[in-house]
Amino acid sequence: MEVTTLLFYAFAIITLSAAAVMVFSKNIVHSAFALMFTLIGVAALYVLLYADFLAAAQLLVYVGGILILILFGVMLTTQGLTFSFKTTAVNVPAATVVSTAALMLLIYAFVQTDWTIAETGVRDDTVREMGMMLMGAYVLPFIVIGVLLLIAIIGAILMSTRLSAKNDGEI
Amino acid sequence: MTTLLNIPLVIHLALPLTIILVYALVAIWGERKVAGFIQDRLGPMRVGGWHGWAQSIADLLKLIQKEDIIPANSSRFLFKFAPFMMFAASYAAFAVIPFSSGYIGSNINIGVFYLLAVTSVLTLSIIMAAWASNNKWSLLGGMRSAAQMVSYEIPTIATVLTVIVVSGSLNLMTVTEMQSGNDILGFLPNWFIFQNPFLIVAFVIFFISILAESHRVPFDLPESESELVAGYQTEYSGMRWAMFMLAEYADMLLLSLLGAVLFFGGWNSPFGDFMSGPLWGFFWFMLKGLLLVFVMMWIRWTLPRYRVDQLMHICWSILIPLSFINLILVALWELIF
Repeated sequence: MEVTTLLFYAFAIITLSAAAVMVFSKNIVHSAFALMFTLIGVAALYVLLYADFLAAAQLLVYVGGILILILFGVMLTTQGLTFSFKTTAVNVPAATVVSTAALMLLIYAFVQTDWTIAETGVRDDTVREMGMMLMGAYVLPFIVIGVLLLIAIIGAILMSTRLSAKNDGEI
Repeated sequence: MTTLLNIPLVIHLALPLTIILVYALVAIWGERKVAGFIQDRLGPMRVGGWHGWAQSIADLLKLIQKEDIIPANSSRFLFKFAPFMMFAASYAAFAVIPFSSGYIGSNINIGVFYLLAVTSVLTLSIIMAAWASNNKWSLLGGMRSAAQMVSYEIPTIATVLTVIVVSGSLNLMTVTEMQSGNDILGFLPNWFIFQNPFLIVAFVIFFISILAESHRVPFDLPESESELVAGYQTEYSGMRWAMFMLAEYADMLLLSLLGAVLFFGGWNSPFGDFMSGPLWGFFWFMLKGLLLVFVMMWIRWTLPRYRVDQLMHICWSILIPLSFINLILVALWELIF
């Protein structure tokens, strides 16, 4: 077997088992760290698919940004290591219907898609092409997303400052 | 499987590790000597003869013999795993550092972007260690560290971006090759720091940010020994603690080497073709990196520590606006000249 194939299976196993731990763990911080392994595994799979920029972006945004925020939130709300969440199942019939429908949809999409297999030559500079596309064909969606994020940031700042002004009256 | 065992790959895997291990031994001893001389004392003098050069080796042997204590109420797997993940994250980033004109671990096009992405895992490993210890000082240190590293990542990335605007490439080898030659004012090397006045401002912001990213004084709040015992390291002992120290010193070297590549011409000799070549390139590169490490140590033993609110104020109110204005100015300069 080739090294890349072995690596693929290794990272696939890491991704799937970490995802299982994330879903079934009773401790919410353990779930968050399992999510980290899943995200890193997915990033490694991106690298094996020649999407190196996407992999680095995945690490920077999801692992380095969003996951840290999740952990921050979890650590501020839970009461330490000994406290574990009691997970109870509610709305079982409705959830079963919805998740079965989602599963059917995913299987249908997987079967229907005509999976084209790209040539495995050495690619160079996905970054340049991506930059050209973002500044060329997709410039309008790019700017719209930028403006949307800016509005979200301003909204977040507004909400947080109003809260702190109410709390201590001075700042 | 056979390709894993051929010699180039083994060298690729082992060369940066050898450099980091030797550097860590020298740097820990060096830091104590620098501290000693700055405070008008001698530092370690006993072990090994000349100026106590073998002090770090003796400390390492002592650490190997220590008991590996794991707190009873800790989260065992995460507690054991965190130090290794921290070192792995900082070591993985060395893959894209061009140590000389003849050696780079992986010559990928996204170079510096990969480096910034991989080092963001460092923050998570610190939070992991902090939370798994189940200790209030550890958790406080971990929270501070997360807030600090997430904040200071922004000015670091913005200043790296200013250099990328000038160079037009994310590949650190290409960035270094662009700085070859001595053309500025007839004798100065073509390093980016001399090419553009705004890049000097960018370097100052970059250096302050990497001080904060590698938890050095005046920004060492996550592990401030006088108020938090040692932050996220409090519960660790023996070799696991040594892994934290190793990762921290490796991170210092990594960010200093990144600074050397981005602003001081990487492996380029300051004298043009004189004393250049792969081996001399390695010498110059390490010299530049270690010089920046020395400045970090010098600052550590000169300045007092900031408070948490001052730390955040410096980042969000001063460094981030300044770095973005600077980015626009550098881009304008590149458009005009």
